[in-house]
Parts: sequence; structure tokens; C-alpha cells
Amino acid sequence: MAGNPFPLSKAELLKAYRTMRTIREFEERLHVDFGRGDIPGFVHLYAGEEAAAAGIMIHLGDGDRIASTHRGHGHCIAKGVDVGEMMLEIYGKKGGSCNGKGGSMHIADLSKGMMGANGILGAGAPLVCGAALAAKYRKKGEVAISFVGDGASNQGTFLESLNLAAVWNLPAIFVVENNGYAESTSRDYGVAVDSYVDRAAGFGLPGITVDGTDFFAVYEAAGEIIRRAREGGGPSLLECKMVRFHGHFEGDAQTYRGPGELDDIRANHDCLKKFAAQVTAAGVISADELAPIDREALAVVEDAVARAKAAPLPTVADLTTDVYVSY
Amino acid sequence: MARKISMKQAINEALDQEMARDPSVICMGEDIVGGAGGEGERDAWGGVLGVTKGLYAKHGDRLMDTPLSESAYIGAAIGAAACGMRPVAELMFIDFMGVCFDQIFNQAAKFKYMFGGKAETPVVIRAMVGAGFRAAAQHSQMLTPLFTHIPGIKVVCPSTPYDTKGLLIQAIRDNDPVIFCEHKNLYGFEGEVPEASYAIPFGEANVVRDGRDATVVAYGLMVHRALEAAASLAKEGIEIEIVDLRTLSPIDMDTVLDSVTKTGRLVCVDEANPRCSIAADVSAQVAMRAFGALKAGIEMVTPPHVPVPFSPPLEDLYIPSAAQVAAAVRKTLKGGRH
Repeated sequence: MAGNPFPLSKAELLKAYRTMRTIREFEERLHVDFGRGDIPGFVHLYAGEEAAAAGIMIHLGDGDRIASTHRGHGHCIAKGVDVGEMMLEIYGKKGGSCNGKGGSMHIADLSKGMMGANGILGAGAPLVCGAALAAKYRKKGEVAISFVGDGASNQGTFLESLNLAAVWNLPAIFVVENNGYAESTSRDYGVAVDSYVDRAAGFGLPGITVDGTDFFAVYEAAGEIIRRAREGGGPSLLECKMVRFHGHFEGDAQTYRGPGELDDIRANHDCLKKFAAQVTAAGVISADELAPIDREALAVVEDAVARAKAAPLPTVADLTTDVYVSY
Repeated sequence: MARKISMKQAINEALDQEMARDPSVICMGEDIVGGAGGEGERDAWGGVLGVTKGLYAKHGDRLMDTPLSESAYIGAAIGAAACGMRPVAELMFIDFMGVCFDQIFNQAAKFKYMFGGKAETPVVIRAMVGAGFRAAAQHSQMLTPLFTHIPGIKVVCPSTPYDTKGLLIQAIRDNDPVIFCEHKNLYGFEGEVPEASYAIPFGEANVVRDGRDATVVAYGLMVHRALEAAASLAKEGIEIEIVDLRTLSPIDMDTVLDSVTKTGRLVCVDEANPRCSIAADVSAQVAMRAFGALKAGIEMVTPPHVPVPFSPPLEDLYIPSAAQVAAAVRKTLKGGRH
């Protein structure tokens, strides 16, 4: 077998693949279960975008904070939030990540540095400035990362946060997950500049654009800007150009897409297929070594769904708890 | 006897003592130090009205001037609070909450509940409230009812320097988000304040005047209007009991209900606009919970339902006066069930 040409060990590569595959199985299963009417509320799926979450979060520890978006399941899984508790939460059950009070759009686990998926677009960016400020006071080299989509990249909260992070030289990173669509509106309609690198430059931040469907491209770019932030070099912006396998939300007929667009995305821009092709072509990992991970990821998700379906619902006793620490 | 200091000095002293006590307390806001990045004096302003003046010399970079960017820095204060700090952010004028309200009511207020009890957000947002500065419609509002409406945040509005110091210290030590409303027309008001640190618990109203004939519920500057009214009413032989709510969320309805049970009459005074106001809320709760004790209809004294006007005679007409409070008391004393 040839030497490993990648900047990660074989064990790390397998871990990254497991993260991405778990997200994919989780999301595809939700797509099916939502269609069956098993899941209440709004669900926004991350399938197709896994390489960004995995390629960034692999650099982070529990002390590093992230603030996610409405499309947050992938960020949660990659940040180490318990998959079983996530599924309970999405099913609105007791014992879920938020004890059934948050749902898909609000999964959080501060013990893992996950400051919450967020139903308000762009709202995480100021929070991440605060997390980065706290990290700066703690002096442990921690960083904080805000995720936004291309749509929320137009929010004032996001733009103000780029400025605040720059003037305070915060260890903050702003990731723009550009999947081409703000809900149903194309990225090019809603964003006047061609490149987010230009937008970052306008705020005095270095920016970089990568192919967000290429795990290794994300991994390398994120590693560099995270290292710089840890060393006191300040904030950066990372644009990941990526694809969304599903609609804005589940139930979206996606008539705004061009003919053949979804088939092309799945056939030619699948980050998991790309990753598998890269590591097998290099002879570092064989297809036979990936197959068990596929099976295990599926089993983890199936087990989570079974337990979520069987779990008890919250009761009237839960309605009025946890509003305040004391009142 | 304790020395007398102004409400402004009481705020400064509370911040100073808490910053000295707890290294996780940080302050941020527009010009709270002043002169950042310039060639002139650092601590040039100490806040737009000088409330935080002098703290920079003692606590240095734990006081941070911010860009004019309320969404970003109020959100940053909230985010830092969720990550173990105890930030005190100054919003300057509460009217500016319009540009950062999402961070307050959708983020800070919701974290605890929405995340299943696993998050704490011990942030304090200080802001000036109230009319009387000839500052017109965008720098003079109360807006206390808007915050009180939202579960997950606490709302404080003191009327004296003593209460201000004790309630601000409690706000900083409190583990929930607190909106701390400072009436700009009380900044110069002086009162006795101990030098030692002390905290006043939230949800405990203060009966500032005992009386048998009617209960007047007020907070902030309106407590002083009620006290003026009490002096003139006393000359007519009318003794009102004045309840200073001090905190609007939580609210101490027990003290209000006890007083109304004693007097049988209620006048609610509120500098906020009347619809869905604190006065309306207290009136509704008393009507529901102590209807049998009421000897007459409840009266409310509030501004009209209009924005705060600029021209001095108009603004003076807008703000509830002691004469209006006295008139409302006389009216409730005339009304009655027999």
C-alpha cells in the first residue's frame, strides 16, 4: 500500500467518514419519517453539506464554541451532540437534547460547545462574538465559529459581527455555507458581490472560498484559519460552496430548481462519494473498510428512531419548568 | 446615617464593587469609557451621561467601548454570558432596543427554556428610560411593558439610589438575563446609600408610604409623583399607601393585593403608554384576584397613547403629574359600591 498522502491519519479519516455518513443517514431518515407525518414542526436537512461540518469540526474540542443555523443537525452531530438525544428532541420527546422544548431548530448542548441551532437567521453571529470574547478572557486558545447560509449572510447581525470581531480581534470564524439558495431565492439574486472574500475584505477580515463538497479542501482551509485564531491572529471568513440535497424545508417542492439539477447534484457533487473515491484511489482505505461504517451509521440512526418513537411525551408538569434559573 | 449619593453614583459604585468582587464581570457599551482609539483622554466620557466615569482607571480593559453596533455587542454580551462571563452591557437609551431586540427576546430570553434548562445567561442590559429630557420620541420611552411581557427575562426599574445599588448588584449576581431600567430624570436624585455592598432580592415591592384610604402602585419616577400627590392629599385628610414595585418581572403582587385588601381602592401609575402597560397588568390582576376587596373602580394614571413629544409644554403634559395622581385618588374615593 502506498503512503498516506492526506494530512490526517487513517483513524482520523475513518472518523471523518463516520461523522459524514452518520449525518447523511440521520437526514435521509428524517426525510422519510417527516414524509410519513411522524415528525412535528419544521425540519431543514443538511444532507449534501456534510463535508463542511466534518471538515471544520474535526479541528475543534468541547471548549470551542459554535453557533449553528436552522439547518443544524449536521453541525450538532459533527460537534459531538448525542445522536439519540437529538432524535428524541426532533420527535418532541422527553429526554431529548432540549427535553422536547426546542425541536429540530433549537438543538443545543453547551457541554459540547454547541450553542444551539437557531430559528433566527444570522442570530448566531453576535453570540459567537461573545463566545470568542469569553475565550479571549480565558486565554486557553479556544475559538468560536458562527455558521450562516448564503441567505443569512445578508443579515445585519452577521455584517455587524464581522466588524465587531475585526475591531476586537476576536478568535472568531464566520463560515458561510453557500448552498446556492436562500430558501427558494438564488444566492446570486440576493448577494451583490461575486465572492465572499470581497465581502470579508470590506470588513477587514481575511476570507477564503473552498469547494465545500471536498472534505479535504474544507479541512485544510479551516485548519489554517482556526490555527491563526487560536494564536491571536484574529477572525476570518470561510465560504464553503456546497449543495443541498433537499428543499429549504421538508415539504418544499423545489420547483425553483433547474431541470436535472437535483440528479446532477446527487450524481456529481456528493461529498461522501467524493471522499470515498479520494481515500480509496489513494489506497489508504478500501471500500471494504468503509462498508461497515455505512452499516453502523445506519444502525445508530435506526436505533435512535426506534427509541424516539417509544419514548414518552412531555407532560403538563414540563410546561412551566426551566423558564428562569430562579423567579 | 449613611452618606447621600446620587443614583448615578449608586450605579457606578455597584459596578465598581461587583467588578472588584468577580473577575467574570465585564462591561461593554457605546462610549462607556470614551475616547477609544483617539489621541485625547481615555475615559473621556464614562458613558454618555458619565455614569461609568472612573471605572476604567480601576478595571481597565474589562470595560470595553463598542462600535455603534447594538445588534453585535448586545448579542456578544449574551453569547459571552452563555459561555461563563457576567457581562453588563449598556444599551444607552432603551429606545435603541429596536435594533437589537432579537438578541434579547429570541436569544437571551429563550435559551434556558428552549434548550431544556441546560443553559444559563447571566447578562445585565442597562438602559436609560423615561421622558423629561426634551429628547423626543426616540430617546424618551419607558418600554418596560414590552420586556415584562417576555418570559425568560427579568425587568427592574428602581426609584431611589439605595434601591438602585442593591438591585443592580442583585442583577449582576442573578443567573437570568436582566433588563435594568434607569430613569434618566433620577440620575441626579440623591439618597442615603451604604458604602458596603448589598443585594436587594427581586420580586419584593417596597411600601414607601403607609395609608388607609387608597393604594397607589408605581415604579421609577412615578413613585416620586405619587409621593408629591400624597403630600397634597394628606392636607385634605386623605392618606394613600404607595407601593413601589421596584421589579416588574418578577412582580410582587402579594404586597399589592395585601394593600388593596386593606384600602379597598387602587390607582396604578405608569409612565409607559397605557395599552398593555404595567398599570393595565396590575389592574387586571387585582380585578381578578381581589375583586371582592375593591370598594370602587380601579383608576389608571398614564400618558396618553401617543409617542413622547418634543416641545416642552407638550412633553410636560405627556408625563403623568402629581396633580393627575391626586385627582385619580379623589375620583376613586368618590366612587364606590354600597
